[in-house]
Amino acid sequence: MQVDEATVRRIARLARIKITDSEAQSLQKELSGILDWVKQLDEVDTKSVEPMTRVVAQDLERRPDEVTDGEIAATVVANAPVTEDNFFVVPKVVE
Amino acid sequence: MTDLTALTLSEARDGLRKKEFTATELTEAHIGAIDNANGTLNAYVLPTPDHALAQAKASDARLAKGDARPLEGLPLGNKDLFCTNGIRTTACSKILDHFKPAYESTVGGNLWNAGAVMLGKLNNDEFAMGSSNETSAFGPVVSPWRRKGADTKLVPGGSSGGSSAAVAANLCLAATATDTGGSIRQPAALTGTVGIKPTYGRCSRWGIVAFASSLDQAGPIAKTVRDAAIMLTSMASYDAKDSTSVNVPVPDYETGLTSGVKGLRIGVPKEYRVAGMSAEIDALWQKGIAILKDAGATIHDISLPHTKYALPAYYIVAPAEASSNLARYDGVRYGLRVNGKDVIETYENTRAAGFGHEVRKRILVGTYVLSAGYYDAYYLKAQKVRTLIKQDFDEAWDKVDVVLTPTTPSPAFGFGEKTGDPIAMYLEDIFTVTVNMAGLPGISVPAGLSSEGTPLGLQLIGKPFDEATLFRTAQAIETAAGRFTAPDAWWLAGAAKKGKS
Repeated sequence: MQVDEATVRRIARLARIKITDSEAQSLQKELSGILDWVKQLDEVDTKSVEPMTRVVAQDLERRPDEVTDGEIAATVVANAPVTEDNFFVVPKVVE
Repeated sequence: MTDLTALTLSEARDGLRKKEFTATELTEAHIGAIDNANGTLNAYVLPTPDHALAQAKASDARLAKGDARPLEGLPLGNKDLFCTNGIRTTACSKILDHFKPAYESTVGGNLWNAGAVMLGKLNNDEFAMGSSNETSAFGPVVSPWRRKGADTKLVPGGSSGGSSAAVAANLCLAATATDTGGSIRQPAALTGTVGIKPTYGRCSRWGIVAFASSLDQAGPIAKTVRDAAIMLTSMASYDAKDSTSVNVPVPDYETGLTSGVKGLRIGVPKEYRVAGMSAEIDALWQKGIAILKDAGATIHDISLPHTKYALPAYYIVAPAEASSNLARYDGVRYGLRVNGKDVIETYENTRAAGFGHEVRKRILVGTYVLSAGYYDAYYLKAQKVRTLIKQDFDEAWDKVDVVLTPTTPSPAFGFGEKTGDPIAMYLEDIFTVTVNMAGLPGISVPAGLSSEGTPLGLQLIGKPFDEATLFRTAQAIETAAGRFTAPDAWWLAGAAKKGKS
């Protein structure tokens, strides 16, 4: 077993996903199963291997730093669950 | 009149230009087929008949003027991972709810600018995470294929299960799809269709709902190799809006399709002969070797020693990138919101209610492998293994031009047969995932039937940006093996009986 229930709860909190007590137990088993299985990578000697950062070797394209879009606030918030005057509305963050 | 939905994309294109039928007639025939079949197959999550007929009308005007673009008037299905301007896009997840993008994906835009008609949005595994289409919030897709003498419902593969089923059941001429670990090639193999995942960077990822950004690529699923070549020619482009898009010319893949494989060097990697591979998959592989040999290619044994580590490395890299990409679904800017007592609880409630089980699990795995203290042991390790997988192929390209393997380890399976054991489901991608890890192009082409009478596919893997060689090699296999279509249209029978015809 790689992960305990407390770790599952900590990870779920980091991922901002609410989980129930019974989910924490079943997820503990499922995550451990996957993490045990991927541990077979330890067999591979990677001491002198560089990690891959991109599959096609190329430099990132640069573009001029200029405004190409904007003034579309109503479009930006069009899909939001709650808006007011083209602002996103969230529950109170500061008391 | 003959059944217009039974035509291939290239036959329909030629028929339109010869004015044998109109784009409106062709589109109406497909809308009728969707009406009849979709209640049974569930391939479309949102048919868009009015949109399609408006596009078809415009195409008919251009065809009449002799001003046809490459895909003028050809009705296609569009995977629901592709954003569509003003048309609901969900990635088949509850969390996107009734999201209506204000923009079109670059790949979709390329198709519509080439004159194609969109019939609707196709079902897929939620956020493309799955190999059977069983994780969709809209329910699973049923394959038009059945085992001989049985009516067990089979999966059409995944994640592009709506695309593969719709193409195989003649509910569109061809479809868009995406492939992160095998999601174009595996469903193509299980439904007797052709699917190509192009080189990473060939198609723009802009406007496609992201799963794992270093692996995701768009490509077509089609009825024939020629149709797939026609589709990719229009889908591919350099796009300044995707920084990983590669600025190289896109050839016309239809040209040279039938120029044969004489002298082509085909590699057969011994590591793909995995333990437990069924005898019929091995026989299919031998059949592919014999076909290409007869067509004048030479066969070479090669070694890709890190093959077995591709899948475990993928199940670190893909969830890690997914956990980061899916952080955007917070219930604030779009989609579902489930309120809590504060903003954190609102995030937590929204994400618990909006994401399905498989997606939640992968986000948690990704969060774990990226969390403090574990990054080096998991993510960095996996990226190093990925370098080795790519080096295996780089060395192989000194000796061969194309690599031949089976696409899947087994034929299509029934609903629920692999959902109990996550690793068994993940093994569906064992032959396809190496290609994503190395960023290479790969095509699946139907090559035979299983003892159960269901289709099996062979995979061809090519050098970066050498899709043209894959197409002509796949064409050689298709020419020798023939096409494989579902033997009877049972999925239409129910609707006809109900008098809907």
